[in-house]
Amino acid sequence: MNNNSSLWSDAYRRLIQNKAAMIGGIILIFLILCALFAPLIAPYSYSYQDLDLGASKPSWEHLLGTDVMGRDLLSRILYGARISLMVGFVATSVALVIGVSWGIVAGYLGGRVDSVMMRIVDVLYGLPFIIFIILLMVIFGRNLWLLFGAIGAVEWLTMARIVRGQVIGLKNQEFVLAAQAMGVSNMSMFRKHLFPNILGPIAVYATLTIPQVMLLESFLSFLGLGIQPPMSSWGTLIKDGVESMEEYSWLLIYPGLTFTITLFALNFFGDGLRDALDPKTSAD
Amino acid sequence: MLLIFLKRLLAAIPVLIIVASLTFFFVRLAPGGPFDSDRAVSAEVLINLQEAYNLNAPLSEQYFDYMGGVLVGDFGPSFRYPGRGVSEMIFTGLPITLELALYAILIAVFVGVLAGVLAALKRNTYLDFIPMAIAMIGICVPTFLMGPLLVLIFGINLELLPVSGWGNLAGDKILPSITLGFAYAAYIARLSRGGMLEILSQDFIRTARAKGLSERVVVTKHAMQGGLIPVVSFLGPAVAGLLAGSFVVETIFQIPGLGRFYVEAAFNRDYTMILGTTIFFSSMIVFFNLLSDMAVLMLNPRARD
Repeated sequence: MNNNSSLWSDAYRRLIQNKAAMIGGIILIFLILCALFAPLIAPYSYSYQDLDLGASKPSWEHLLGTDVMGRDLLSRILYGARISLMVGFVATSVALVIGVSWGIVAGYLGGRVDSVMMRIVDVLYGLPFIIFIILLMVIFGRNLWLLFGAIGAVEWLTMARIVRGQVIGLKNQEFVLAAQAMGVSNMSMFRKHLFPNILGPIAVYATLTIPQVMLLESFLSFLGLGIQPPMSSWGTLIKDGVESMEEYSWLLIYPGLTFTITLFALNFFGDGLRDALDPKTSAD
Repeated sequence: MLLIFLKRLLAAIPVLIIVASLTFFFVRLAPGGPFDSDRAVSAEVLINLQEAYNLNAPLSEQYFDYMGGVLVGDFGPSFRYPGRGVSEMIFTGLPITLELALYAILIAVFVGVLAGVLAALKRNTYLDFIPMAIAMIGICVPTFLMGPLLVLIFGINLELLPVSGWGNLAGDKILPSITLGFAYAAYIARLSRGGMLEILSQDFIRTARAKGLSERVVVTKHAMQGGLIPVVSFLGPAVAGLLAGSFVVETIFQIPGLGRFYVEAAFNRDYTMILGTTIFFSSMIVFFNLLSDMAVLMLNPRARD
């Protein structure tokens, strides 16, 4: 038990010392706060239109300017943060639940169950998932929750592989054997003994999955197959920006910049977390 | 080697059949047909259309008809463009998309490997930091942002390069290829740096150096063969990503390739077109994954078990 807690405090110290990761973390916290309190800090409503004004350059009234319909860009970016970050977190959680359960079961039970389960993962890996998500969105309508589910259902594969590898490494250790000897059921073995011990790699991989999920969502929104108006994610804002970038370049640049900075922050924080929790595999 | 290849090829067949069947039934499940959107069609015309596209036959019959067609490369007629076959449209768009993907992958491999190997050799100098920082940008700036930004800078502000089309104006292939290739160059740079660092620290490299071989020979003959294995195994899955990238790039640059057809089909609910392209894309991806697996096996005898 003692050993366990010092692992986490070591990791914490290493993370604090990593400047890039800390900057990433601070930016993330700031963005999450912005997203949570968007209705309070946004100067305008995301759907408030000022058609007389039209597209205007950044000014004191509209810090980042307005789009062709006179909507305040800063407010739309703030509300977009809610959608984009929510997709990131919810879809990653879906992926986490499926991937972790799949990996623990396959790794712990081993044998034929393991080979069948991992064979399924191998097969799914080879499939063109983006195309399937597009297919789903086309067929069942562009529903936000479906989007979460579909993206999450795609991203769990790597998680399953990582967790399985970790569990195989753990399952012959004394504490697992001792628990087996005491007749612990499979379910509580998964929950109480295996899961807490693989929390590190799970946390690392989850952080690195979030930016991938956000990219996927904005990719779909960019093609017009994701979030539908009047709601907007950063992907839809970039799409709108592209349509009018020749005259109003700020409509592309600010949403693009926000999105890129967020991805940077997530990647740096994720890399830092990996270096802190798992120094062995950090050599990329 | 050939035996392994054939075995894997056989194993891919059921996968493709499952994909094709799933897609077929998904599409049939879809609420709303392709004929019930913008233009109101009279009941008679609708019946005729359904007759013409054989939509009234029992589902099982439609399924076997379709699968039989797919086997001989016939994906049926397009719902949206009467008189044009899906196969015909696929093969009009395919050469363009393949050419775009080829340029992108060439740029990615060339730039990526060069940057990655250089970074590994000059570890912890500015020749390591700068390429790796650029690679990080390549990973964090998505294709659908990179493309428009390049258009804005090189097409609109500097007026150096054309911003749309494919093969119509001199130099109109440059921006799309760079846009699509950049992200992959970034991944490949990181992978080859990591792979090279691992190999360069091994004993046989020290032996090679101790023998007095020149650094160039050590790097190109000894280290790169093993150090670039991660890059080779990345190339298979990268094809899937390149296809997705082609959806974006072909949309931005208005290139009449397969990716743009696919996105248009998705908008128009042109079900047969979606069905056909999905099956076609899946086969391509499965096939390229197989190829890159085989290439890794050839480069790394230890992976053959």
